[in-house]
Parts: sequence; C-alpha cells; structure tokens
Amino acid sequence: MEINALDVLNAMKKDEQPPTKRNEPGKKMTNDIASNKEYKVLIENLAVSYSGKTAIKDINMKIPDKAVTALIGPSGCGKTTLLRTINRMHDLTKGAEVTGKIIIDGENVYDSYINPILQRRKIGMVFQKPNPFPTMSIWDNVAAGLKLNGVKDKSILNEIIEDSLKMAYLWDEVKDELKKPAVALSGGQQQRLCIARALAIQPEVLLMDEPASALDPIATQKIEQTIIELKKHYTIIIVTHNMQQALRVSDRTGFMYLGDLVEYDKTEKIFKNPEKELTANYVQGRFG
Amino acid sequence: MSRDLLAKKRNFHWDSIFKIAATCAGAFVLLIIVLIFGQLLSDSWLIWEKEGLAFVTGDRWNPVEGRESFGALPYIAGTLVTSLIALCIAVPLSIGIAMFLSEIAPTRIREPISFVVELLAAVPSIIYGLWGLFTFRIVFKDWFESPTHEALGEHIFLFRDAPFGLDILTASVVLAIMIIPTISAVSREILLAVPAIQREAAYMLGATKWEVFRMSVLPYAKSGLIGASILGLGRAVGETMAVTMLIGNAVGPKAFPFGFFQQGNSLASIIANEFNEASPVSLYFPALIGLGLILLFVSLGINVCAHLIIRRVTNAHEGGIKGF
Repeated sequence: MEINALDVLNAMKKDEQPPTKRNEPGKKMTNDIASNKEYKVLIENLAVSYSGKTAIKDINMKIPDKAVTALIGPSGCGKTTLLRTINRMHDLTKGAEVTGKIIIDGENVYDSYINPILQRRKIGMVFQKPNPFPTMSIWDNVAAGLKLNGVKDKSILNEIIEDSLKMAYLWDEVKDELKKPAVALSGGQQQRLCIARALAIQPEVLLMDEPASALDPIATQKIEQTIIELKKHYTIIIVTHNMQQALRVSDRTGFMYLGDLVEYDKTEKIFKNPEKELTANYVQGRFG
Repeated sequence: MSRDLLAKKRNFHWDSIFKIAATCAGAFVLLIIVLIFGQLLSDSWLIWEKEGLAFVTGDRWNPVEGRESFGALPYIAGTLVTSLIALCIAVPLSIGIAMFLSEIAPTRIREPISFVVELLAAVPSIIYGLWGLFTFRIVFKDWFESPTHEALGEHIFLFRDAPFGLDILTASVVLAIMIIPTISAVSREILLAVPAIQREAAYMLGATKWEVFRMSVLPYAKSGLIGASILGLGRAVGETMAVTMLIGNAVGPKAFPFGFFQQGNSLASIIANEFNEASPVSLYFPALIGLGLILLFVSLGINVCAHLIIRRVTNAHEGGIKGF
C-alpha cells in the first residue's frame, strides 16, 4: 500500500466549512485558529507529568482533518501519553498533570467549562487489546455508547449499528449473529467490533493506541484496510510500534523520543528524507 | 563448570519429597471431612433410629426422659431465615463499601478504610454478641422495633409479635454487621481486579463513574461478587456466639420463624445453648449431634448452590468471561 498524500491535500481543500461549535462557549475564535481550519486538532505547548515526573514536554502539532496521523517512537517515548491527553483519559490517571492546549474545532478541551465526559463522547478510542464488554452481545457492544447518549429507538439503533459495523468492515462476518456474545469473536474481529463501538457514537476524532499490536498479520491487514477507509470520514490519530504500519496507513507521522516530538511531517518525508539524524536512525531501524 | 558437574548438582529427591508432602496435605483435608462426618453420624445414630426423617421435618422439642421427642425444622428455618435477612442487609451495603473503596475513594483514605474493614472482620464474635446484648438490642428496640410494631403490627403478620429486643431481626442485623467486613473486603479485591482497559472502554464512550460501574465493572465482576456474598452467607450460617446471645432461644414449634420480632433459634445456637444440659446417655445428646450433622449439610448445600450459581452466571454467555 502506498502513501496517499493526495488524499490529505484533497481533504484540506474540500473542508472549507467553518468548524462546528458544540459546547459553544460564547467566545470568538482567534484568527490564529481560524486560519488553521483545515486542521482538526491543534496541540499547543502540551506537557504531561506523572507525579512530577515529565512524560512529554512542549509538544506542538497540527493534525489535519480527514487524514491519518501516526505517532511512532521507541517504548516509553510518550506517544500513548500524548494520545490519551486528547480525550482527557489522563483525568483518570492518578498524579497526571497536563499543561498546554489541545484545540479541537476551536475549543480547548482543557478549558474549565469543558466537561470531560461530554468531551469523550466526541472522541472515539480504540485500545491496544480488544476490550469488548464481555457479557454483552455484538449488538449490545455497538449499542452501548448510543444507549448512554439516550438513543432508545430500536430502528435508529439498528441502523447506526449496521452502519458502524459496515464501516469497521465487520458487518458481513457478523450480520447473522448479532446476538452472539462479543467474546465469541476472534481477536481481530473483536478489535474491529471495538472500532465499530467507537464509531457508533459518531466521534469527530478517532484515537487508536496500537490497535493491531495484539493481532496476527491477517487481522492486522484488515484493521489497516479499515483505517484507510475510515479516514474518508474521520480524523484518525494512531500510535504504532510498527514503522511499516505507519508507512502503510498514515499521511503524516510524528516521531517522538524521550517525551519530545522530534520531527513531524508528511509520512513520506519522515521515512524517506527526514530532517533530523535521530529520526533517520530510528526509521532505518538503527535503534528502537 | 563442566557439563558433568552441572548434572551432578541436580538433586531430584526433592521433587519426589515435594510430591509426597503435597499429596499428604491434600489427603488430610479429605480425611478430616470424613472423620467429622463419621463422628457426627455415629454419635447421632440413636436419634435417626428413633425419629428417622421426622427428625428433619418435625418441630417438637421435648428432652424430658421417657417422653423424648425431637424435631429440627424450626432451627433449620431459623438458621436459613436469619442468614438470608443478614445477607439482604449486608450485600448492598458491602458492595457499596467496596464500590466506594475501589472506584471513588482517593488513595489517601482508601488504605485506612480498607484496613478498618479488615480489622472489623477480625473482631471475635463474642464481642459482637456482648455489644448486641448490652447496647444494640436496646437502641434497636426503642428506635426501630417498637415504632414499626406499632405502625404495622396489626396489618402485617411479620411485625405482629411484641418486640422484646432479643429476636430474629436483632440477631439478623448483628449477623449482617458481622458479615459486612468479609463481603466488602472480598468484593473490593474483586472490583480492583477488573482490568483498567474494561473501565476505559466505557469511559471512552463518555460514561460517568456510575455508568462505567454499571456497564463495565459490574458485569465483569458479577460472579466474583456472588462468590463474596456466598462466603458471607457461609459465615452467617455457622455463626454461633452472637446469634445465641440475641436470637431469644425459643424451642419447639414456637421457635419456627414467622415474624421479625419473634424469639427464634438456629441450629448452631441451640447446640451451644443446650449442650451443657444434655446427658450423653439419653436421646438428648444424639439429637443435638444430629442438629450438628444437619448444619454440616446445610453449609454443604449452600456451597454447592454457590458453585452452581457462579457457574451459571459465568456461562450465561457462551464461552464466559475469558481472556482476550
């Protein structure tokens, strides 16, 4: 699979509408942000520490809309930490302290008026290991987020569940057994079910934390195909250990090392012609 | 070191010694159960010979020599009723405590409270009994039993008996207090063992703490929580000292539990109460040992039921909760 930088450009041009403003704070957007409307997520001077120990520092990134952005780097470099700040998952981690801004559609998700619970409903997340709700059926797993949001109408639920499963490329495999328990699926199917579950709440951004790390090559390939299809509709940020995966699925890549964002550019550039020596060494496998 | 030297250092005797020792320890458990069962059966043989199955279903209790007649039903019922009332009070409270400790409490107060809960589990039952007898039953009678009796006594037969403080309900409530530490300590461990990734799945969808608990933690922990409750039930069924001091120790047909404020009796407490008076040569003694045998079977039955329930809950969905 080749890198599809054209898609990014198209997505950038196409998206001329002003950003949607849910949770309208009654604030005017600054010019700076307005000029960045082809970007979905803006990360400004972001730093995270755990009980005083710095995990990531001074991250600045502009993440394009309807494209896949990959975060790569050796273990412990802070890429998962960065991902989890975006949907405020670190609110749940003891001792975690976040400074800086993450702006999605003109709103800083760390502003005091933002309710982290409502914020998470706008951002889907897929985890390292498939984590379907084990006592629920396939149908119930996908419906879970919708029911939380008060969707009760069975026909609407059915419709969204079908759409979500189709988007996660699972529909054909499970359409006749939606009442089966989710844990009866294979690992790869479970992970695509988790993607469908995240898509069902119609998120604006989809975060993926090494979504294929627990899967075999064939399941991984299916997940990657799914990701490439999904970027037509979603802004996707994916953390991966696997450089080939980043190369295959992403439009932009950020290389992180020891809590720093060393380099962030078009994926092609990062892998073929990086600016920094460190990046070159990492992507060529000289350390890792 | 040469290869020969390494090979010589290995000593395989320890492996066989370990095997024999572990097997002996395992067999010891079986031996004890068989010995207890055998002893109870042989010592109570006379009562089974005389009463037969009527010893289990009868309700008379007359130890006077020549007119002896024994039936265990009121005490079986007393044991089950007090234990179940205690369970109904203790389980919601305990799961609430466990929920607080695992989901809500900040680390700073989590540790001390967990410690206190475990400390409560270590308080000897005589202490609970004395507290119940001298303090709790008086307060409980004045503040709960008497007002309830006055309000509902005429309408609902469960509240009909004039409260005295030493009755089924008092014993059950103290029993509940005694099993709360056990159930909540085990439940807390079970809730803490729910993988973080399960919680995060619900948080990701925008769930509140309660919603996370309801949709993610509770279903995952359900079979464990039932197990914790059964553990508490087991303790309640066998509890002797505190119950004996508080249940009122009625005997015969009137001990059958028909109301909350009625004097009752349980298998364990009637044995404890009357053992001193029983002459080993009369039928009285075998009757009490027979009650002990029944108590053993009641506990056994509860354990078997517990296993069945837990298995059903775990298998309710094909494949059950398995690793990913």
